[in-house]
Amino acid sequence: MTSPLEQKKIRIAGPSVVTANRTWDGIVVYRTAARAWSAELSEAAIVRNSEEAKALLAEAVADDVGAIGPYIAPVQIGADGRIVPGNLREQIRRTGVTIGQPAQV
Amino acid sequence: MYAYDEIDRTLVNERVSEFRDQVKRRLSGELTEDEFKILRLQNGVYLQLHAYMFRVAIPYGTLATNQLRALAHVARKYDRGYGHFTTRQNIQFNWIKLAELPDALEDLAKVGIHAMQTSGNNMRNVTSDQWAGVAPGEIEDPRIWSELIRQHTTLHPEFSFLPRKFKIAITASDHDRAAIKIHDIGLRLIRNEKGETGFEVLVGGGLGRTPFIAKTIKHFVHGRDILSYIEAILRVYNQYGRRDNIYKARIKILVHELGIEKFSREVEEEWQQIRNSSLQIDDEVIEDIRSRFTYPAYEKLPHMPDELRQAAADPDFEAWRKNSVAPHKVQGYSIVTISLKPTGGPPGDATAKQMDALADLADQYSFGEIRVGHEQNLALPHVAKRDLPALWKALDKLGLATPNVNLITDIIACPGLDYCSLANARSIPIAQELTRRFANHELANLIGRLHINISGCINACGHHHVGHIGILGVEKNGEEVYQITIGGRADENATLGTLIGPGVKFDEVADVVEDVVEAYLALRERPEELFMDTVKRLGVEPFKERVYATR
Amino acid sequence: MPLVSGGKITGDGFVKLAVDTPLPEGGDILVPAERFLAEADALLERSGKVGVIWPNNRDIAELVPYLGKVAAVALVFPTFRDGRAYSQARLLRERYNYRGELRATGQVLRDQFVFMLRAGFDAFEVKKQADAEAFMQTAKRYSVFYQPTGDGRITALHRRMQLRHSEGVGT
Repeated sequence: MTSPLEQKKIRIAGPSVVTANRTWDGIVVYRTAARAWSAELSEAAIVRNSEEAKALLAEAVADDVGAIGPYIAPVQIGADGRIVPGNLREQIRRTGVTIGQPAQV
Repeated sequence: MYAYDEIDRTLVNERVSEFRDQVKRRLSGELTEDEFKILRLQNGVYLQLHAYMFRVAIPYGTLATNQLRALAHVARKYDRGYGHFTTRQNIQFNWIKLAELPDALEDLAKVGIHAMQTSGNNMRNVTSDQWAGVAPGEIEDPRIWSELIRQHTTLHPEFSFLPRKFKIAITASDHDRAAIKIHDIGLRLIRNEKGETGFEVLVGGGLGRTPFIAKTIKHFVHGRDILSYIEAILRVYNQYGRRDNIYKARIKILVHELGIEKFSREVEEEWQQIRNSSLQIDDEVIEDIRSRFTYPAYEKLPHMPDELRQAAADPDFEAWRKNSVAPHKVQGYSIVTISLKPTGGPPGDATAKQMDALADLADQYSFGEIRVGHEQNLALPHVAKRDLPALWKALDKLGLATPNVNLITDIIACPGLDYCSLANARSIPIAQELTRRFANHELANLIGRLHINISGCINACGHHHVGHIGILGVEKNGEEVYQITIGGRADENATLGTLIGPGVKFDEVADVVEDVVEAYLALRERPEELFMDTVKRLGVEPFKERVYATR
Repeated sequence: MPLVSGGKITGDGFVKLAVDTPLPEGGDILVPAERFLAEADALLERSGKVGVIWPNNRDIAELVPYLGKVAAVALVFPTFRDGRAYSQARLLRERYNYRGELRATGQVLRDQFVFMLRAGFDAFEVKKQADAEAFMQTAKRYSVFYQPTGDGRITALHRRMQLRHSEGVGT
């Protein structure tokens, strides 16, 4: 996991979100424009330049109790406005493992 | 089996109560994540892609049936109904909630299981041969010493904040099933010319970014001195190991930078100061630990019971028996390896239902004992030969009788990018595809012993460097790319594999492996020449040529 | 930053000197190792007590000639993840028989108290007030110890031996 500090040096190449894992249960969450965390990528605040990204990340990092390990992740935005993850890692975080899970027993 | 006494139980309970308090302080914000991270890691809690991952220790790979049932219970109650057995005699749960972890730990503590130091920069679970105590020809049961060292390394006041993680493995057999040469400290139990029990001590092995095979630091350390000798190694490491760069912080780098001679002189000097201290172990202490390992009351049974003779007519049974059943030190008994590598399945996974059912079978057929090996398979260590046919039928119903132990589909794989936040590429789907390609048992048998190890990043949890065929997933321009090595091995002749060519894409990996296998089949001198022997005889060049000629 | 000594929060009698702070006339002082070694004679001639702040990457053996003369040794945890000072503490207590105050400084947190006590520390500059207040309670969290150290706590192995022998007497 890249630390947020290191990420601060990185310029973003396209639309991005801030994502993390919720502290109490660990699930994947995204930072919203309302300064909260949501499990829905569709509710994530979208940042489009490095300044915005840094600001959103700084604001998210400050909420140390709510979620852990926030970082900036790329997304793609479809013509219909739908937000989809920008790489395989984020795709897997969003939709789960690419392999079948054993039946729940 | 080792039986915890009141003292061990008290410590585990105190640990659970401490962690409960720490989790509470974390959730209330009293502890920052920066402060809490190490505390959770020291209790086996990682953060992975989807959730927290919880790693539970199975010291020296020995489980009682009530312990296996407790693991099934945790999988069912706190997770998604399955667990993943790792290469270091641990089990991992992938979807655990931090808020529920203290309860899960408490449930495990009731049966003497813990997750202490399964992560973090401290001494990890002490591992051993999964056949310890039952393999023919052992010097002595290495678990006695493993347990001694487990206790000594648990919550050690000096060495809980080392430069980096620290792993110890012990074997007592000529054939090393514990991969001691890729550990920070490897211990080989031996007898000296006076007949005294002691250890050949190896140090500085490890995989990851900079792989090294461990070097012998001392040819014989008497058993009574083993704790002081380990303490001396750790003290030198704690003081001089690098802390400026996480990739150079393992003891292997210190040993490499100082050279084994200088390193061993430092250790020797330190050791002379502490060897005649309270760390010296008297026979009574060893006797006490030995007395708490119980062994089954074996019956006097025939070498070849009628049940076995009759079952030999069934080719499916015979295929499994020849593959999965190994000789036991007691006549009439066998060690049965249980493959957790079904065709198309993720290597090392077991469902709660399988764990419960296996616990029942272990009660019925293996004196209530189960073992976990570094190849991510399980074993029943004391099965009467007459019970083999019945056991096979029961295992088969559970999907646990795939006859592929030590064959090409007995793949070691890390969780990879499907679960792991460090991974760059997926491992499990590669393994799944390979198990499908080589699902034909006759083909796999024709190929013979061949280990494929897959890691989804340079950290090498899938031990790719020491796979006969090693597969390392990396990321290149946003795509998963895999590098293939051949010729590695993890046993007493441990060697690192050699790269055979440029990386290949996700979809091409299975094809390349097929080509490597085809090259081997064409190059081997006779059917008995194993893959490793052909590579050793010819080197990697002929493989390179054949595999990459058309690419 | 509260100081815990003798199990409770106390005032700190020592004043910390930097490398270049002018030497005060009297009073107890804690001096960085470098300055201490350079000015040892002058420092030790003063009327007040002298302690030394020893960095975790300097060989503690260099301090041995002065151990009978210093009133305190402060070892440093630049972060709680850096465990070098635990080795230094044990060497001071167990090899060099140092009996004066052994103080933990730096990032000293509640969750490391037990390790520090076992390694021989007896004074703690605790980072958080709440941790300092919880000292006694935290120090008692464990009753079982597997390793022998210089703190004299009985180890699990020896407790077992005692139990065995006491059982043996009865039978």
